[in-house]
Amino acid sequence: MSYHLHHLKELEAESIFIIREVAAQFERPALLFSGGKDSILLVHLAKKAFYPARLPFPLLHIDTGHNFQETIEFRDKLVQELGARLIVGSVEDAIRRGLVAEEKGYNASRNYLQTAVLLEEIEKNRFDAAIGGARRDEEKARAKERFFSHRDEFGQWDPKNQRPELWNLFNGKKHFGEHFRVFPISNWTELDVWMYLAAEKVELPNLYFAHRRRVFERDGMLLADTDFIPKRPEEEAAVREITVRCRTIGDMTCTGLWLSEAASIEDIIAEVATARKTERGSRADDKRSETAMEDRKKEGYF
Amino acid sequence: MSDFKHTELLRFTTAGSVDDGKSTLIGRLLYDSKSIYEDQYEAVRLTSERRGEAEVNLALLTDGLKAEREQGITIDVAYRYFSTPRRKFIIADTPGHIQYTRNMVTGASTANAALILIDARNGVVEQTRRHAFIASLLQIPHLVICINKMDLAGYSEEVYERIRQDFEEFSYKLDVKDVHFIPLSALRGDNVVEKSPNMPWYGGPTLLYYLEHVHIGSDHNFIDCRFPVQYVVRPYSDEFHDYRGYAGRIAGGVFKKGDRVMLLPSGFTSTIARIDTYDGELEEAYPPMSCTILLEDDLDISRGDMIVRENNQPRVEQDLEVMVCWFNERPMQMGGKYTVLHTAREARCIIKDIRYKLDINTLHRNLEDKDIRMNDIARIAIRTTKPLFFDSYRKNRITGSLIFVDEATNETVGAGMII
Repeated sequence: MSYHLHHLKELEAESIFIIREVAAQFERPALLFSGGKDSILLVHLAKKAFYPARLPFPLLHIDTGHNFQETIEFRDKLVQELGARLIVGSVEDAIRRGLVAEEKGYNASRNYLQTAVLLEEIEKNRFDAAIGGARRDEEKARAKERFFSHRDEFGQWDPKNQRPELWNLFNGKKHFGEHFRVFPISNWTELDVWMYLAAEKVELPNLYFAHRRRVFERDGMLLADTDFIPKRPEEEAAVREITVRCRTIGDMTCTGLWLSEAASIEDIIAEVATARKTERGSRADDKRSETAMEDRKKEGYF
Repeated sequence: MSDFKHTELLRFTTAGSVDDGKSTLIGRLLYDSKSIYEDQYEAVRLTSERRGEAEVNLALLTDGLKAEREQGITIDVAYRYFSTPRRKFIIADTPGHIQYTRNMVTGASTANAALILIDARNGVVEQTRRHAFIASLLQIPHLVICINKMDLAGYSEEVYERIRQDFEEFSYKLDVKDVHFIPLSALRGDNVVEKSPNMPWYGGPTLLYYLEHVHIGSDHNFIDCRFPVQYVVRPYSDEFHDYRGYAGRIAGGVFKKGDRVMLLPSGFTSTIARIDTYDGELEEAYPPMSCTILLEDDLDISRGDMIVRENNQPRVEQDLEVMVCWFNERPMQMGGKYTVLHTAREARCIIKDIRYKLDINTLHRNLEDKDIRMNDIARIAIRTTKPLFFDSYRKNRITGSLIFVDEATNETVGAGMII
């Protein structure tokens, strides 16, 4: 007698367990949806966790206002198919209200501003758990993240004082005003995500596949030519249209594009399997300093 | 999913101090299995250069948080990933110093295998015994004793044999099923991924080969059927009007459609009508699958209940004997009350007695010292407010484990293995 699961099925089983645990332990959870492949995977796993019932929580999108148009279209279509509720926290709106101030200069990004808007939405909607698509293989600060990550009343993460997690026992107990971030796909790697999405034939935004786009180069990264990113004159002059794809999808100001001909998910898997750079190597938000992610996470970033 | 090459998932934990070369070994595994990206390697190369080190320091690949880099220590369990065409690996990388017993216990709780590092020059030391004991306490099925720094011990077979005998001399007292010894040098790469030409006397596998091939198919309990109900699925839609599914993860045994089952705590019996997943019905379900069980009869079942077989029941009791590892700065309170989380069930408990405290270096049972502080391991007796449905930890790591939660701070303060 031999019973064993394919490693992707085992990861799936673990993630479904975590997602169900959120629904069981928390009163008002939400799923953080960015439009990227990891949050698309999360939604797919959540569908499986509660089948044939609908998702017992809404999706929450923190929209910087600088998203690719394709991301927003994809989001709206997915929400409609799911019959889910969507809550949008707008950074644009927060700037207008004076909650946060727009960064200035060529490298201005609204990435950092998302934290305040996210925390505001969590407070406003009284969410007690926010399910996110972070993975431990992404970045060194995330390698130490728990499945159930406790946040104090300021939304802060304290890496030195995390709750130990043993076996499959998850302690979601908290005081009033505190909340949890929950990361069901912690143990997935980038390659796992792609292999699974391919095997499950999950629909993805076209941005992930090779397409023609006007781009320019900055600090060794290709960025999309858009009004959201102010360009220096020499950058303006060097704008060219080439075939690229996104390896991660964030907002346009910090998502680096990759020279790629990968037109199908199988092509992407082949590319990822032989890639020589990490996927976050194309994220301007991580490049600000060596501890950019750790610092942002402590303050309440995803 | 059969098109994809990786077949199985193996989780292992690594124990050893900074000086044993643990970080170097992990760095070597990641690097030699080509799991390191150019930008990661480049960052490490630059740092090594800046520090004036002669070679690229692979240990830096596992460097974590700013706080740790400043202090040169590892403060917590970090998880790392790599894969080969045969398996995907999850490493729970835990620090080895004494004050971090709790981290080792945490990393060990889900591991299939434990790597214990020994510096060939120092042999079996107090810390080795401690690590081996924790691995046995946590019932990690496979133990790999990595005798490291063989390059500094002249690649000597005698050194290897002596350490092996020393280890076996004390490990017979432990409850470990499968122990394997590998002489290696993480720094030079001997017997990590490539077979070493420097130790022709060693006929065994390299570390990676061992990890790729060790049999883990029997690491779960496939005999005793246990299904803790995690969540009740009620769609309340027209199409699935009367649907009532019990969602959860199989903790033991193999469940099949048509099986006669018993519900705990009610004791009612029923038959499995269907085992549902989003991808369709399952003929049978086994650990560690997540699925949804539907029964023939309409019964009142909720989270924390358990579906089992009538002729194979877990223990249903309120008085438990537990080996506990204490995690919190606030010592365990004799007579104190804590919340207990066990499978999907929650109860309160009172610490009725501290039987003994265990010296994890000598395994001596101290019957006098009842002061249980952070990183201590003790045998205790507890009484819960309602019955738990459990097995001994030796029989089932899922139904035999529990955690203690402080009712004031909500922190996880202890981990328990039921005897």
